[in-house]
Amino acid sequence: MSGARERIIAEARGLAEQVCAVADRPATLAHQFARYGLGQMLPPQVELLSGPGCPVCVTSAGEIDAALALARLPEVTIATFGDMVRVPGSDSTLAHERARGADVRVMLSPMEAVELAEKTDRQVVLLGVGFETTAPGVAVAVAEAKRRGLSNFTVLCTHKRLMPALEALMAAEDVAIDGLLAPGHVSTVIGWGAYRDFVARHHVPCVVAGFEPHEMLRAILALVRQLAEGRAQVENAYPGAVTERGNLKALAAIDRVFEPTDAEWRGLGIIPAGGMKLRAAYADLDATKRFGISIEEGREDPRCRCGEVLRGALRPPECGAFGRACTPAHPLGPCMVSSEGACAAAYKYGGAG
Amino acid sequence: MCVAVPSKIVEIDGDTATVEVTGTRSHARLDLIEDAEVGDYVLVHAGFAITTIDAEEAEETLALMTEVGLI
Ligand code: SF4
Repeated sequence: MSGARERIIAEARGLAEQVCAVADRPATLAHQFARYGLGQMLPPQVELLSGPGCPVCVTSAGEIDAALALARLPEVTIATFGDMVRVPGSDSTLAHERARGADVRVMLSPMEAVELAEKTDRQVVLLGVGFETTAPGVAVAVAEAKRRGLSNFTVLCTHKRLMPALEALMAAEDVAIDGLLAPGHVSTVIGWGAYRDFVARHHVPCVVAGFEPHEMLRAILALVRQLAEGRAQVENAYPGAVTERGNLKALAAIDRVFEPTDAEWRGLGIIPAGGMKLRAAYADLDATKRFGISIEEGREDPRCRCGEVLRGALRPPECGAFGRACTPAHPLGPCMVSSEGACAAAYKYGGAG
Repeated sequence: MCVAVPSKIVEIDGDTATVEVTGTRSHARLDLIEDAEVGDYVLVHAGFAITTIDAEEAEETLALMTEVGLI
């Protein structure tokens, strides 16, 4: 283990003794923390909670139901990122539909869906999932499909916007957040300046964190230091990758193709401007319009408490189904499906997740 | 989908780069970043490079990840 890392931990411990800090972090960080056992290294005053940072996890059951309805259409091929295949909707998953004969293909890049549409007569529906990190790539794919005049390419857009969700999280009554570890990847796109307003209004310190152990520890240290000193500022602890204004090209790509819309988040309900929809100029590539389906309210398994896990109000082992009715092989909720999910991380690596 | 390792650009062909992580090569689109060059480190997210990373930072991360046996 490197000396730098130990120095950071020792310093974090020292500072943390002065404060009783509760920090929020996105689920990806939850995964990384569990993986490296970092949670156990930190002093008890520093409690790290999951947040709604895993894109697969915050996709609502109703959105999955819309994808399932599309998958059941005989002329449709679904193109999706891998994690989505096993996320439960109200009564099925894409994996189940595939076993029953639906054509569901896993891709590494949204461009693969465009290439696929070019080669086939089938209707290719791309599942647009994720935050400001995946939305630009999907936007490029949509614009490219339009440019190529593909008549068999559409998108089911369930993209989410981070900042409105943070607002909703602050308003949730069952969570108390002393500080925020902001996700590095989303921040590369939206820029650390995007948090400035939020921090000023809520007077809650916010540090942009990378995803590797030393990067996270550096961010926790910065956060604990702010709490100890009673400051509330935006700090960028991932300066090699994140700038103040973010990735202007990626933001422009999003803005060209998508516009904000109200959207349901698992665990946080309907969030005003919390999602993205296709702009009017791209309405002909909207799968809900082409196939006449709508995104309704879904039904989640009543045993699953993912919603609370995503708000940081419940630790995964506190869920009655954890490790019993719900395991990575038989997940009841998305937090156990995604490799980034807090429940999957807690199951695999132990600890509080 | 989220956790990215710094990838080194080893070849550029139009909008697409060949990137390498510890000897494993894959492709990444460059539409979303400015002026990428061979030798730069990028974070790749769902097939698109979303940011270039400071080379020193990237090398430190890669060294640490190798040291603790992650890659
Ligand atoms: S352990 Fe399973 S059932 Fe419980 S909250 Fe997590 S995903 Fe849902």
